[in-house]
Amino acid sequence: MFSYVMRRLVMLIPVLVGMTLITFSIVHLIPGNPAQVMLGETATAEAIADLEESMGLNEPYLVQYGLYISDLLQGDLGTSLRSKAEISQEIWPYIAATFELTVFAMLFAIFIGVNAGIISAWKQNSWFDFLAMLFALVGVSMPVFWLALMEQWVFAQELGWLPAYGRENSRDPMAPITHFYVLDSLIHLDFARTWVTLKHLILPSIALGTIPMAIIARMTRSSMLEVMKSDYVRTVRAKGSGTFLVIYKHALKNAMIPVLTVIGLQTGVLLGGAILTETIFSWPGLGRYVYEAINYRDYPVIQSGILVIAFIFVIINLVVDVLYKLIDPRIKY
Amino acid sequence: MSDQETVLEMNDLHTHFFTDSGEIPAVDGVSLRVNKGEVVGIVGESGCGKSVASLSIMQLVPSPPGRIVDGDIQFKGENLATATEKRMRKIRGNEISMIFQEPMTSLDPLFTIGNQMEEAIRIHQKISKKEARTKAADMLKQVGIPRAEAILDEHPHQLSGGMRQRVMIAMAMSCDPELLIADEPTTALDVTIQAQILDLMRKLNKENDTAILLITHDLGVVAEICDRVVVMYAGQVVEEGTAREILKDPKHPYSQGLIRSLPKLREREQKLYSIPGTVPKPKMGRVGCRFADRCPFAFDRCYEETPSLIQLNNQRTSRCFLYDKEAQEDAESPVGS
Repeated sequence: MFSYVMRRLVMLIPVLVGMTLITFSIVHLIPGNPAQVMLGETATAEAIADLEESMGLNEPYLVQYGLYISDLLQGDLGTSLRSKAEISQEIWPYIAATFELTVFAMLFAIFIGVNAGIISAWKQNSWFDFLAMLFALVGVSMPVFWLALMEQWVFAQELGWLPAYGRENSRDPMAPITHFYVLDSLIHLDFARTWVTLKHLILPSIALGTIPMAIIARMTRSSMLEVMKSDYVRTVRAKGSGTFLVIYKHALKNAMIPVLTVIGLQTGVLLGGAILTETIFSWPGLGRYVYEAINYRDYPVIQSGILVIAFIFVIINLVVDVLYKLIDPRIKY
Repeated sequence: MSDQETVLEMNDLHTHFFTDSGEIPAVDGVSLRVNKGEVVGIVGESGCGKSVASLSIMQLVPSPPGRIVDGDIQFKGENLATATEKRMRKIRGNEISMIFQEPMTSLDPLFTIGNQMEEAIRIHQKISKKEARTKAADMLKQVGIPRAEAILDEHPHQLSGGMRQRVMIAMAMSCDPELLIADEPTTALDVTIQAQILDLMRKLNKENDTAILLITHDLGVVAEICDRVVVMYAGQVVEEGTAREILKDPKHPYSQGLIRSLPKLREREQKLYSIPGTVPKPKMGRVGCRFADRCPFAFDRCYEETPSLIQLNNQRTSRCFLYDKEAQEDAESPVGS
């Protein structure tokens, strides 16, 4: 197991090199001159040339890439053109914000999706199955922005139960430690604040988690139906075991293998930053960070943001593969 | 023999499947009896209802679409056809066990052998995990698995088909059931392994006095191990008798066909005999003998009336009009065997 993980980590190196090459190239193929953007419309040609010189933008393409990689290896993601801050310092709160939101959205999606799928499969063709699958179909087809706006309208505006924007009460900000606000408030032993941060998480988590939930529910249902027909489930029943043992021990574990793939992919997608949801809920996450950088032609931030997202995706894939191996002893590497 | 204690008695069992294309009588009035310590074989082609009949005993027929619509299954003074699911859970794996055709897929691939065996034991016996493990190892030794302790920690994919079937048998025997239902237990195995598994079943039958209901299409298996045989065709019993009688002197034309289609070592026939035609699809309200279309002796009555089981002697019945007369006059069988 350990050697497998090590081997997979070594195999990450070419993937990461490829990733940097692609992000670097794409950003540089986009027309538009960052020096021009930084200096504004009225800048003189000399000033632009000077800035290009100092930023290394006039160097050959491959030299620029080489400099980029050597900086990257030293943990230097570059400097934001807009805020003039070190990206490696600046990016963490955004990553943490997206990570926290993703965790809650996926917990919601997995808990509801898996259980709805199980009950639907167990009571196939019942009214519950019908309603759950109808709900899943609606959930998967509903535009996220529409759901998010409806949530804000109903639960924030009309009922006033939950906050509509941000991660915390903006008049009373918290001194961040890890930038995972729920965790931070627990470290501060400030449980009232924990409740506030959790309340801020509810609406965006539901908006973000609905599509994964619908996909997970449908996947779990079809996978469970298949497994429930299998010979080994019949054997378990022939041993005289009760429904709970049949479903939650044997059937679920077997049915989870394809569902795990979906969960992994969806987690990756959400961690990549959900620009729509983050924008509507003013959530200071990775998606919005990159989106704003694109508006500003902030090349280093765009590059770093895409690189971080790609890196997260690769790591999630690795985690899913390791989980496969933990669940299924037949998998050999 | 007939005054032996009866373990299981099935009376006029009807298990039907309710599908979109109508009601299908997969088991259409089957009666059979298994005595204590006896090995009874159910023989028939694929689709004759033998597996459904055996699953009905355990109430494991996939439902929907399958359902027992009529008849009863008496087991120790209790009717299993109408027993509650809760009661059935107490019986399954404890008083009646079952093993299946596919040892490759009958064990859960994600759990160790030990885990699955302990589970089977602990469902019915209030003992600790450790005791269950010791018992599981004992059972594995009893079915002839050499390194039992090590096998407990292995997963099914690490074992061969024969070993897996031994594990299945060990698991089925772990609560010392009175009846073991074996649904084609050797079909998926190599011939040499088949013989070993049959030997093992015979040994367990003799040592523990466990009755066995063996479902098979293989008359070789019947000859090897069965005391009595029930021949099924299209959802019905067509002949019943001791294994010896049926193999030596089959009465029903279908049984005769089955036995003729066995390859014989001494006679080098050019072509192996096969019964012409195929098993008819079961349907409701059928009139006439179900085998008539494929029967070389069929006459008008076979298409007009439905034959009932005719008692030939105290052990022997056959569902054929040919013996309607014979039963009274004790005339010669129309076909020499």
